[in-house]
Amino acid sequence: MTDTNQFDVVVIGAGHNGLVSAAYLAESGLKVLVLESSGTIGGAARTCEFSEGYRVSECAHLVYALHPTIVRDLKLTNYGLRYAATDLGTISLGSDGLHVLIKGDSVSGDISYEDADSYRKFRSKMIKFCQVFATTLEHQPPRLMNGSLGDKLSLLKLGWQVRKLGKTDMQELLRIGSINIYDVLEERFDNQLLKGALCLDAVLGSHTGPRSPNTVLAYLYRHVGETFGFNGPSIPLGGMGTVVEAIAASAKSSGAELRTSSKVEKILTEGSKVVGVRLETGEEIKTHTVVSNADPRATFSSLVGYPQLDTEFSRRVHNIRMKGNTAKLHLALDSRPRFTGVGESETGNRLVIAPDSDYVERAFNHAKYKEYSDKPIVEISIPSIHDSTLAPAGKHVLSAVVQYAPHNLQQGWSQASDTFKNLLIDLIEDYAPGIRQQIVASELLTPADIESRFGTTNGHWHHGELALDQFLMLRPFPGMSQYATPVHGLYHCSAGSHPGGNVLGMVGRNCARAVIKRGDR
Amino acid sequence: MSDQIPPRLMQTPFHSRIATACELNQWEDWKGYTTPSAFTNVELEYFAMRNSASIFDLTPMTKYRITGPDAHAYLDRLVTRNLGKLKPGRVTYTAWCNDAGQVIDDGTIFRISRDSFILCSQERHLDWLEWSALGFNVSIEDETDRIAALSFQGPSTCTILKNMGLYGIENLKPFDLTHYPFEQSELMVSRTGFTGDLGYELWVDPDQAEKLWDRLMDAGEQFDTKPAGSEALQIARIEAGFLQAGADFVPAEQEVRAGRSRSPYELGLGWLVHLKKSHFNGKQALQLEKRKGSRYRFVKLDVAGNKPAEHSFIYNRHHKVVGTVTSAAWVPTAKRNVAFASLEMPWGKPGDELTVEIYYLRELKWSRVMEKCTVIEGAVFDPERRHATPPTCQ
Repeated sequence: MTDTNQFDVVVIGAGHNGLVSAAYLAESGLKVLVLESSGTIGGAARTCEFSEGYRVSECAHLVYALHPTIVRDLKLTNYGLRYAATDLGTISLGSDGLHVLIKGDSVSGDISYEDADSYRKFRSKMIKFCQVFATTLEHQPPRLMNGSLGDKLSLLKLGWQVRKLGKTDMQELLRIGSINIYDVLEERFDNQLLKGALCLDAVLGSHTGPRSPNTVLAYLYRHVGETFGFNGPSIPLGGMGTVVEAIAASAKSSGAELRTSSKVEKILTEGSKVVGVRLETGEEIKTHTVVSNADPRATFSSLVGYPQLDTEFSRRVHNIRMKGNTAKLHLALDSRPRFTGVGESETGNRLVIAPDSDYVERAFNHAKYKEYSDKPIVEISIPSIHDSTLAPAGKHVLSAVVQYAPHNLQQGWSQASDTFKNLLIDLIEDYAPGIRQQIVASELLTPADIESRFGTTNGHWHHGELALDQFLMLRPFPGMSQYATPVHGLYHCSAGSHPGGNVLGMVGRNCARAVIKRGDR
Repeated sequence: MSDQIPPRLMQTPFHSRIATACELNQWEDWKGYTTPSAFTNVELEYFAMRNSASIFDLTPMTKYRITGPDAHAYLDRLVTRNLGKLKPGRVTYTAWCNDAGQVIDDGTIFRISRDSFILCSQERHLDWLEWSALGFNVSIEDETDRIAALSFQGPSTCTILKNMGLYGIENLKPFDLTHYPFEQSELMVSRTGFTGDLGYELWVDPDQAEKLWDRLMDAGEQFDTKPAGSEALQIARIEAGFLQAGADFVPAEQEVRAGRSRSPYELGLGWLVHLKKSHFNGKQALQLEKRKGSRYRFVKLDVAGNKPAEHSFIYNRHHKVVGTVTSAAWVPTAKRNVAFASLEMPWGKPGDELTVEIYYLRELKWSRVMEKCTVIEGAVFDPERRHATPPTCQ
């Protein structure tokens, strides 16, 4: 090791959370190095050219909740963050050309007045509940055992947020918070297309179906951005990659150093203290603080190694529920696709194939038995409608998040990948006849591909299920919820920690604050 | 499926011999096995242990075989003691802890060869061992019912084994282990035991168990070798100052009420904790405890009078309860009334004036005495023959 390589903090992984962390740490005056294993920064939030001239957000493709605190603190607008479209609606597609458009608190299309009215009430209640969670985003979750005064105060604050809802709403939140979305929607709506789309919101990225417990919580989580300015998903100009490029630019201008193609093989420790990192090349970089943007399983099982940790801790890491179930489909199209019954001006919205709640639950059934869905649920975005930089003039790219495609597929993905891709294209063709003929190029990322491309264990989008048992002070697992780890000087900042997944950025920020507060370099 | 219901308790491979010898028919359940608490007379069995030789069936002790290229590293991370110097052919005594530095169990590790070990202890915890194996290339097998084991303890044991044909046994040092051919199989002998005296533990294939018993009894006949039950052993181990899981501490993985388990420091086992070695289970918690101080102190007490102070309250001079007795016995060779106790800090420093409150029942009447007691340092029974090689007695 050479002293010339010394950094105050080494951040492993240039995903959005890693970069946010680096930006805050560099801003506080620390000497920060970010090491990214692949050739490009961004992790699951980058833009890739999957066919010549066609670019698409490689993994996450819609921004639901990039936190305004981060946009403001890191001056992301100054560093190039632009949206091609904001506050998009969601169209729930029916196979017979019927559809509903959900936009803000209104639903239009093939829906009864009663259901549309129920939705307005439902949404206003859900947003109210989201407020409770929104207040937790900016803080590290409280410890339940041996907590400090601060922990007790933030626990009280959370309790107060719930109590503040008023008796009726508090009871309602406590009633539905842990139950399943299917039952809750049954209580309120008749319209199948509406229910299907809301179910999709509650299960996307998870190993759950609409009848799985605490999917209402997951629904609330997806809509938390609507408490701070989002009124539907947004599409960044230039794809998701520009979001991380803006974060990276902010970090660099504060003095952080970025190195790509630098895969960290091991976090080096001495007597349970971080002393540096070793790259795959054998190069060792000396530091006393490491912030890991890798998922918690990869961080502890590979980068640190279970033998350096205690048994119970290792067992908890091993038992994090993180079964990847989500695939990504990219289509390069020679012209704008037409969806039956959907007007041209509406195709730029978020389009979902989840025509009823039973359809979604049936799609999940397969995943329980290590099979992919024969009728999957799909979330489609055609970003080139809003952003002409993504495809050659007149051409388009279609980006689709697809479920369920279990990581641990019985037959293995190398065998099944092509069949599944064809099945998906056939399915989309049911709603957009003729789309197969428009395809210039296509790409399917199975969870196995997502695992190898982005280094996320099991290809899980959120680095661990977002469910009550892995939420708040239980995220990533009980006993480790405040970003610090049993290895002195090692912190964790991936979506596996509170407040979790989606391109939110708060894990990176909260973690950086924990590092700065400890100040133990 | 067979219609026969399996017996509630298993029998050890020595059962035919033990059942014949167990004149009192006093049986107990030890980890799922039928074992005798006494054969003929507890005192005679105890004195055989101290003055000639005794045989104790050890089979129900937990025996895990740990093998594989990482076996040594795995055990070193599992236990508190530094195993760096544990060579093949050697045995060591150690404790192991959970993440919070609380003792799960104590026991012995036998290094059979470079990559093969046996972990022998009182409690069953395969689950803990399996979870501890994450990240290690090891295999762990429960061999409890695949090894028949006898503890052969007392001053005459070396001579008897020699007479039985175990040539060179006198050169076996304490905590050594060796192998002898035995009938068509192999006999493993270790110079270990739970009595604090000269003695050996004999490990053999269950098929050979009865033959081993018979040959020991034959060779030991002229030395008045006696089979001993758990009650005699209980007196001997208290005399020798040995802790027993479940009696003197609550194994951490069985703790139901928070705060009832103990750290090695709180059990007087601090000498087994090597904080300077590389990472091991509970290290951080133990480092912190070392810095901040322990909650409890484990002491051996010399109690006045002759009434065993079992489970008694212990008071300080201000009549405040400061602890509880965990094990107690009148120990005949040292002729002392010994008790082990867990005391709240800072009580139990040598020289502290403490009182035990002993309740005893005589002819349907409970009586109580308050007896003075003092903290003992070192063991009340520790004969030279236990340490000498060759042993200085016959």
